[in-house]
Amino acid sequence: MSDHQISANHIAGAGHGTRTSYAIGYGLSILLTIVPFLLVMRSSLPRGTIVITIVVLAAIQIFVQLVFFLHLSTSSEQRWNVVALLYALIILLIVAGGSLWIMYHLNYNMVPY
Amino acid sequence: MADQASSGHSATFDTHERHIASNRVFGFWVYIMTDTILFASIFATYAVLNTSFAGGPTGKELFDLPSVLLETIFLLTSSFTFGLGVVAVNRGRRQEVLLWLAATFVLGAAFVGMELSEFGSMIAEGFGPRRSAFLSGFFGLVGTHGLHVTFGLLWIAVMMVQLVRKGVTIGTTTRMMNLSLFWHFLDIVWICVFTVVYLLGVM
Repeated sequence: MSDHQISANHIAGAGHGTRTSYAIGYGLSILLTIVPFLLVMRSSLPRGTIVITIVVLAAIQIFVQLVFFLHLSTSSEQRWNVVALLYALIILLIVAGGSLWIMYHLNYNMVPY
Repeated sequence: MADQASSGHSATFDTHERHIASNRVFGFWVYIMTDTILFASIFATYAVLNTSFAGGPTGKELFDLPSVLLETIFLLTSSFTFGLGVVAVNRGRRQEVLLWLAATFVLGAAFVGMELSEFGSMIAEGFGPRRSAFLSGFFGLVGTHGLHVTFGLLWIAVMMVQLVRKGVTIGTTTRMMNLSLFWHFLDIVWICVFTVVYLLGVM
């Protein structure tokens, strides 16, 4: 918050980044997008390695955008935003992870035809 | 407030107003979280159906990665230009905000246009959502995201009209903050889409 005008108009829990923070987030995101595309289109690495790498890169990019674009932080005025996000992530894990887990076992237990 | 609004220059909002605005933005954040859960359900559906090709085409045969990369760069750049719009609105510079919003709109429209042409060519070849469970899941997931972006474009257009008519007020600033959450959120959902659907789909 070096810029006084920004802090004067600042609405808690909302975007209050600087040009620099957006530029850093943009640069990192471009990098974290181009690398996985090139890995899939060009590289001859083993399939498993590529799958793990692109999933990890996606997770990093989500984190980068949460920090540099959405300005989530652990500061006290952001606490409820983070709590709501964690709650949504738990539901997400149960819904998406749970569905995959159950359907995998259903397929596994099915008599082959 | 009124004369500050018409001048379009930086206004210092009072503490009470900012408190209310902060609550509104938090409320919108909670909506975004429910939207996350909506997308989680659609992702789960897609993930379960993603190998049910029913003799139809697989992702490898359908997806054109270079054009998906270009689409992704359009959306990502639009997130960046929107961020610059947020910086400008915090400084009360209306013309600058309008410029960045216009840039965001054009990039977002390019994204939606590319997606529609992809959908159009797939349907023309007979590979619409009815062809297989995989394609139902694909159109459901990617289409829901595209619909969100389309409504985001509508919101950007309305936002621009409001900024022209009302200037940078506490009301328009709050709406800009909400719209920025919405727009950046769609970019984050797209990271999951291009990774899970397109990249993992062609492997």
